[in-house]
Amino acid sequence: MDSTQLFNIVTIAYFSSMVLFVVYLATRSKVVATIANVLAYGGWLAHTAAIGWRWYESYQVPGGVGHAPLSNLYESVVFFSWTILLIYILIDLKYRQRAVGAFVIPFAFLGMTWAQLNLNDAIEPLVPALQSNWLTYHVITCFLGYAAFAVACGVSIMYLIKVGKEGGSGNAPAGGILALFPSAKMLDDINYKAIMIGFPLLSLGIITGAAWANYAWGTYWSWDPKETWSLIVWFIYAAFLHARFTRGWVGKRAAWLSIIGFAATIFCYLGVNLVLSGLHSYGGGG
Amino acid sequence: MSAKDRNLLTAFWDFFCSLKLTIVTLILLAMTSIIGTVVQQGRAPQDYLKEYSETTFRVLSTLKFTDMYHSWWFLGLLEIFALNLIACSIKRLPRVWKTVREPVLVPAESLYRTLANTEEVVVKGQSVAQVAETSRALLGKTFAAPVVSAEGEKVHLFAQKMPWARFGVYVTHLSILIIFAGAILGSLWGYKAYVNIVEGTATNQVWPRGEEKPIDLGFQVRCDDFSVSFYGGENAGRPKEFKSLLSIIDGGKTVVDQRPVIVNDPLTYKGITFYQASYGTTGEPNVRLRVTERASGVVKELSGRQGQPLPLPGGGTVRVADSTAAFQSFGPAARLEVTPPSGAARSFVVLQKFPEFDAQRGGAYIFSLLDLQQSYYTGLQVAKDPGVWVVWLGCALLVLGSLVAFFLSHRRIWVTIQPLAGGKVGVKLGGSAHRNQPAFEIFFDEVKKQLRDELAA
Repeated sequence: MDSTQLFNIVTIAYFSSMVLFVVYLATRSKVVATIANVLAYGGWLAHTAAIGWRWYESYQVPGGVGHAPLSNLYESVVFFSWTILLIYILIDLKYRQRAVGAFVIPFAFLGMTWAQLNLNDAIEPLVPALQSNWLTYHVITCFLGYAAFAVACGVSIMYLIKVGKEGGSGNAPAGGILALFPSAKMLDDINYKAIMIGFPLLSLGIITGAAWANYAWGTYWSWDPKETWSLIVWFIYAAFLHARFTRGWVGKRAAWLSIIGFAATIFCYLGVNLVLSGLHSYGGGG
Repeated sequence: MSAKDRNLLTAFWDFFCSLKLTIVTLILLAMTSIIGTVVQQGRAPQDYLKEYSETTFRVLSTLKFTDMYHSWWFLGLLEIFALNLIACSIKRLPRVWKTVREPVLVPAESLYRTLANTEEVVVKGQSVAQVAETSRALLGKTFAAPVVSAEGEKVHLFAQKMPWARFGVYVTHLSILIIFAGAILGSLWGYKAYVNIVEGTATNQVWPRGEEKPIDLGFQVRCDDFSVSFYGGENAGRPKEFKSLLSIIDGGKTVVDQRPVIVNDPLTYKGITFYQASYGTTGEPNVRLRVTERASGVVKELSGRQGQPLPLPGGGTVRVADSTAAFQSFGPAARLEVTPPSGAARSFVVLQKFPEFDAQRGGAYIFSLLDLQQSYYTGLQVAKDPGVWVVWLGCALLVLGSLVAFFLSHRRIWVTIQPLAGGKVGVKLGGSAHRNQPAFEIFFDEVKKQLRDELAA
């Protein structure tokens, strides 16, 4: 067995967890929700072990290849899924709202499936430009930020469904699946909290990227598409944070800003590499 | 100034203070920034004409879409963003400053009505002073040491924690202005340039991007050596390291001697930084060969430049037709061309790593490649940016400021103790937090409970 197989087990755990969370919404069985959550937590522990294992494996490859598993598209997608679960677990420990799992675990599951099925999982040596400690700081801060935005997006979708069905008033109870959703007020609060965590992390991610660019190329900002898109994401969430203090911008509009922000995040992460050209061509080698 | 002018000025000021302007500016910045990631930036006209029709290109360049991040309208948006930041801060800061520096020590009844958390307790059989002392001790123990103020027969207590947390948001705003200032400093007094230096040579000039005239460094940079190394095993051929050995000669003295400069480890001298950016080969490589004449057993060493015919023992010549530093995973290799005194030339490959291999070819000569010396030039990016430290200061403040603004809360508790009719004492308790109210509510309930218990005891 190697780390790739453990990653497969992780993917299966997330899949089962996701399905059980949906079953929970349909059946309202607390037991199902608990099993789903245990699978999510267990999957995350295995995920942590598998990342550590892959790290160890990279040092077993001859030729001085060893490095933290954060360097190519496969590794970054796997790490992204890991950070989504991490943020989910933090939110779960604080709010204990199991319905959130049904809207957040799918992001992690999709990431793992894509990585396992379509991406090149070979351990590759680092090209000179990536041989820097900044790589680790940059990737960790960026993806923790992205993951917080993923959670915020999932919660915003729940908010729009809930408010849409309840006619916008906010706290009037609704029947069916919606009864298991946290209240609109709490969803709005989780959305804000997640972005509050994500925004400083994104700022740090952009700053560590700039510091690294300055160290490697002598310029901290060159309006490269990746840099520009990270700034676009930053602008959107900055708008979101200010929207909370502005009448007419709270509630639905804030939820939409959060969803648009995450769409921009995903484009910044993947779209820029797959559609546009620039400095971050890690997709090219794989 | 007429009343109309004043109205206009107020309207103007209100416009720049508005939070709606902030949101609209941020969204506009986000949307317009997309343009520059779709249209290539700062290319030559002919590059655009390959991709677009002439009309499209004319529209793009009139709208400055081909260099949009430096266009008047994008910089204008950034200026509105900065003015908005400044105006908002000027408008709100004095009030926050007053809240922090001059807290309300003697709260009026109306203040308690504005607080989200309040509580009233009536105590029997104790004096105002006794109740005040109990309350003071409790606040000091569970929250923060209070300021005690007497007002007639009333006693007021005020305690607070982290009042400076209110400045977090202003530090964040200021940090963005500092980053802008750093960027402006860099663009006024800094430059980005490049230079190619052939191994063994020195230069004192670098070439700024997009300009014709070189910049004089005021000192000499010499490239003593450049080398590329590659990964081995199954990753053979992937570059592992690009390394230049750079020396700096200033005023005739060698001040930096053969400092290795690799990607991600630049060299800075007198505020000018040299980054390993590219490399290339220059001239034909020098090759050293050992040749054994199979018939006589004579061994001879030959050396010369690639392409140059070298004499073989017993007549004829050998020429290095082609060479590479990395032939698949086998390392340095050369393609030799042997021309015997009569007959056709023959060509084959020798590998430096396998000196005995050529014996199996079965020719009249056995060749071994001893050494292959390619002459390189190193391509250096050269940057001078006096604003970069200002930018880092701004970045540090941005992170610190936003952490304080999001996660720290200014919490305040007031207590008013007053005599009531019938020898009773009334205690009024109120508190507020400027962030994270739910957590404060839980804390306040705890303080409330403890105060009741202690006053009842």
